[in-house]
Amino acid sequence: MNETPHLTPEQIIERYRREFGEGLIDAKVTERGEGTKKTRSYNIWFRVRRDLLRQAIRQLMDIRFPHLAVIAGNDLGDQIELLYIFSVFYGEKFGEYMVTIGVSLPKSDLTVPTITDMIPGALFSEREKQEFFGVTVTGIPDGRRLFLPEDFPQGVYPWRKDETGVPPEMVRDLWAVDRPTDRPAPPVPEKLPVENGKEKRGEPQ
Amino acid sequence: MSADKKKTAPYTVPIGPVHPALKEPVMFTFGMEGEVVKTVDFAPGQAHRGIEWMGMRRNPVQIVHLTDRVCGICGIVHSLSFARAVEQIAGIEVPERADYIRTILHEFERIQSHLLWAGVAAHELGFDSLFYLAWRVREKSMDLIENLTGNRVNYGIVQIGGVRRDISDEQRPLIEAGLAYYQGLLDQMATLFLEDSTIRMRCRDHGFLSEEDARMLCAIGPTARASGLNMDVRQDYPYCAYGDLDVRAILPPAELGGPRGDVYDRIIVRLLEVGQSIDIIRQCLDMLPAGEILWEPKLPKLLAACKKAQGEAIGRVEAPRGECMHYVRMDGNDAPASWKIKASTYSNLMSWVPMLEGEQLADVPIIVASIDPCLSCTDRVTIVRDKRRKIITKEEMTRLSREKTRRLSQ
Repeated sequence: MNETPHLTPEQIIERYRREFGEGLIDAKVTERGEGTKKTRSYNIWFRVRRDLLRQAIRQLMDIRFPHLAVIAGNDLGDQIELLYIFSVFYGEKFGEYMVTIGVSLPKSDLTVPTITDMIPGALFSEREKQEFFGVTVTGIPDGRRLFLPEDFPQGVYPWRKDETGVPPEMVRDLWAVDRPTDRPAPPVPEKLPVENGKEKRGEPQ
Repeated sequence: MSADKKKTAPYTVPIGPVHPALKEPVMFTFGMEGEVVKTVDFAPGQAHRGIEWMGMRRNPVQIVHLTDRVCGICGIVHSLSFARAVEQIAGIEVPERADYIRTILHEFERIQSHLLWAGVAAHELGFDSLFYLAWRVREKSMDLIENLTGNRVNYGIVQIGGVRRDISDEQRPLIEAGLAYYQGLLDQMATLFLEDSTIRMRCRDHGFLSEEDARMLCAIGPTARASGLNMDVRQDYPYCAYGDLDVRAILPPAELGGPRGDVYDRIIVRLLEVGQSIDIIRQCLDMLPAGEILWEPKLPKLLAACKKAQGEAIGRVEAPRGECMHYVRMDGNDAPASWKIKASTYSNLMSWVPMLEGEQLADVPIIVASIDPCLSCTDRVTIVRDKRRKIITKEEMTRLSREKTRRLSQ
């Protein structure tokens, strides 16, 4: 394992700036302190050009092998943004940072290269992004559905906010679902609605 | 068997969608050669409820109560992760007392979850007296959680900006009595688990996951720690009161065989973590600061603050099974624009493949259970052999596992 020394968030951003220059669209650090001592925890957010995704992740792996938490995503209207959420420097007392690497894909070309050759554990998340956002992960070793049932219609992507999202007719509101009719009668007969259209409920006989 | 002409062909054993030792159903397909598992494939998502989809149509205060119901065992980690994400976006400062109360409940949850797991593991091995003991002991933590939050499960204690119930001075002796009870029982449990030769035979060197595999497959929590990865969100990434404490990740100690990455190591890590949780609760009670427990008790004001919030954040906690993470993005509407839940088992599932390959069918229940995949009731298993289907019930699967224990002890 390549053990580079522990870096500060600013040093990590500096490394990315040096490496990617204009390709690094945005870089920022957010921090948070809780408890009485307000010990700081740091989140680093990168947005990179889409063709630099794999290099940006490779750069993080060169710093220290990261843990991939998940790939999250946003539907921003005309584009889908994928966020690869990592943490680096685990094992260092209060020295771990979350590093999020984001790429934007226009809806006309929703393809992204797989990273499973670098981090095999990303497979689950990539399969999930394919079915929930309609993104095509090129080179994915296993492109089957992950969470959605087999009979879920093709071309419907639950986390999209456009016309390919879940249409209203697929949604069943719980309040609108009537009682099932094929069940045995309840042991206590149901209360009948009384006058004024009001229902009497829970009152002692 | 001798009459069976096609005995050499690898045959396929589907297990699931409702599966031994799983609360959440998973469909397994094993390629078997004799009794040995050659290939493993599985399909999760048999109980996908679309909670994130629902959340993107609700306001944060409603979602906090929805998150309580993501998991039936971890009642606090999801609501805590989500609340912490929203607090970071809206710039809400949580009162210090609330941070400590969150930590105390977080650790009680770890105690009850690990004990529940210990009981199920013992049951899978056919050691039912230990199962009864573990679950009886667990009741104490459930009682305490009920006393502190009002509920045994779905605690409903976390609110955006704090907690909904305070810990009063009258409750402190109760908590202390509960902790003392566990302190006494833990040694007994540890002896039963770690010095029992049957448990060692069934668990040592079974379900092996190497450190390299754990790292590459993004394993987390006790599963990763048992393989020697030094990772624990409480140690690495301060949140709530953990920034004030000195929590260290628990790896299997060298005197018990060092990190070997087998089922046995996962038992050790979880048992030791129960003791660690008792310590953390004690420290938090000693250091509990005075003050408010909510940033804003008036819900309309809280909701207005959330509605104004714009931005994105990650809320992350160490659940009993490992890192739990919520990504939230808010864009000035009532409902969040994006919400992604990453539950801890999500990261651990892929580790099943290297763990199960090469093991026997009778070892499947305990290995599957060893990552603590939100444990649950089992239904049945179908074995397809020579196109004849045979349904194996949960009882039969457990019987297979127990017979192996008995064979080994003879």
